Amino acid sequence: METTFMTSRDTLLSALHETQSREKGKSWITDGEALQIARRYHIPLAELDGIVSFYKMFAREKRGSHIIRLCDSLSCRVRGSLDLYHHVRRKLGIQAGMTTPDGRFTLEIVNCLGACDKAPNLMIDDSLVSGITIGAIDTLLDAMQEAEL
Amino acid sequence: MNEKTRITQFAELEAPLDLAKYIESGGYQGLLAAMAKTPDELIGIIKDSGLRGRGGAGFPTGQKWESVAAAKEPYLVCNADEGEPGTFKDRFILEKAPYLVLEGMTIAALAIDAHQGYIYIRGEYPEIAKNLATAIEKAKAGGYLGNDILTNGFSFDVAVRVGGGSYVVGDETALLNSLMGNRGYPMLKPPFPTEKGLWEKPTVVNNVETLACVPIILACGATAFSSVGSRDCPGYKLFSLSGHVATPGVYELPMGTKVREVLEKAGGVTGTLKAIQIGGTAGPIFGPVALDYCLDFPSMRKVGGALGSGAIVAINTSVNMAHVLEVTMRFFAQESCGHCFPCRYGTRQLDYMARRIALGSGRADYLDLMRETAAVMVGASFCPFGQSVALPLTSLLDGFGDEIASFITEQDYLKEVEA
Ligand SMILES: Cc1cc2nc3c(=O)[nH]c(=O)nc-3n(C[C@H](O)[C@H](O)[C@H](O)COP(=O)(O)O)c2cc1C
Ligand code: SF4
Ligand code: FES
Repeated sequence: METTFMTSRDTLLSALHETQSREKGKSWITDGEALQIARRYHIPLAELDGIVSFYKMFAREKRGSHIIRLCDSLSCRVRGSLDLYHHVRRKLGIQAGMTTPDGRFTLEIVNCLGACDKAPNLMIDDSLVSGITIGAIDTLLDAMQEAEL
Repeated sequence: MNEKTRITQFAELEAPLDLAKYIESGGYQGLLAAMAKTPDELIGIIKDSGLRGRGGAGFPTGQKWESVAAAKEPYLVCNADEGEPGTFKDRFILEKAPYLVLEGMTIAALAIDAHQGYIYIRGEYPEIAKNLATAIEKAKAGGYLGNDILTNGFSFDVAVRVGGGSYVVGDETALLNSLMGNRGYPMLKPPFPTEKGLWEKPTVVNNVETLACVPIILACGATAFSSVGSRDCPGYKLFSLSGHVATPGVYELPMGTKVREVLEKAGGVTGTLKAIQIGGTAGPIFGPVALDYCLDFPSMRKVGGALGSGAIVAINTSVNMAHVLEVTMRFFAQESCGHCFPCRYGTRQLDYMARRIALGSGRADYLDLMRETAAVMVGASFCPFGQSVALPLTSLLDGFGDEIASFITEQDYLKEVEA
């Protein structure tokens, strides 16, 4: 038997995406939001947390206003992604998996972003930035810092 | 009108979301042809074309469709989760020729009598997901999708669903779990999705490129499609070329083309070729001997490899293979879904040892330990992901074990000097 609530479950991940980035600078799902979604989809909060924690793009804890996802799979690695990582790491003063103390940036190392022809690649929030150099990443991060002063 | 025989011919349009331009350039000829056929005839045409799935496994598409022919209202799912490192051909198709995929889905739906389809796209492609939703709306407005398609009485709708960041979800059973709003754990096969898929109903899962081939087959005919490529693996194939090649990108060439020729299309290798990874991270890493391999499913299997997604990463002599080992093992550790112990624990052990080696603090016995770990994982892992780690690992150790071993001892020597 196919009930309405079972069929609507296919929109759960989309709902998580929407909720997570509902406001500018918010990139995680708050307790209140999690509870709301769990109610809407008729699932226990624990089950929702289990689902959220499975997927790398979702977070239940506060993280940076901007998520930097740096690809370090093979095609990017042989085109300099490790040097980029070290540069960003020094510049922001954080390691992969961490958030800057001012709450601006979270840095993540991820696997292939499907743009290997333009390696090395990273994503800042929803945007892909391709063929990046150390100079380009500096310009980009500085502009983002300034825009939000 | 000159019929188009390749996907890249459709990808040359300047405004990919412009439906009128797509139709003008030969789009929807396949659907028109399909409308005049019975479902049995459609399945027959796809079987005759010899089309094999482009998602990695190379399963005959006509046979897959046939297995749900008796089912009532099966679902159709387009696998756009493209996560295989080195692969970007599905992004290419979805960005440049979205209507080709929608047309392919509509023809598939006619053949299997599906009325609801889904495109499951990875969360890392948010722009493309938005464009697909636009393309769906336009196709509906044009009468090519939705209710009463081309006033032929057939209805088929497509919805886009976005993933949350997980490689394993590319596996069709895991994808279905994720599509149903669950953790993306793989499921045991059988039952296959064609027997028990979305909400327990028979479901056909096909890759983006597979579906993009379908309108071309219908418009040109099965014979024209199968006249290109290898005898038991016909058609054109999109190859994703990256790494140390002069002009990385997507290249469409006949199945069975030699690695050497594909690399030449991409302007050749920059520097001196040292290694080539074919088929993605789960595929072996070959030495230059692979230049003479033929790129199709059966030929690659014969040399102990896999065509996989058609990804080709060229590596030149500037790269330390200990780093390739580290990148590869980290991929497996990061992407293991954690559902079963051998893979969850094994990938972490492998990652640890590979990282130690790359950092210059590896031990000589790590290489054997890694082989043993992978061997256990082949036998004991729940899904193909955990079972596949042995392929890249063994190929690296067989082909480049000496280099990695001497790297380990050289580091010892450096440490002695330092001490
Ligand atoms: C770990 C794993 C990852 C996979 N990733 C993908 C993927 O990203 N895209 C894809 O189309 N198929 C992927 N597959 C293959 C699918 O399970 C399935 O065979 C394919 O979508 C079927 O479509 P096809 O017959 O058109 O090739 C993956 C399989 C495994 C085991
Ligand atoms: S083998 Fe790995 S990916 Fe597959 S189910 Fe087990 S833990 Fe998950
Ligand atoms: S390896 Fe970095 S985008 Fe593919």
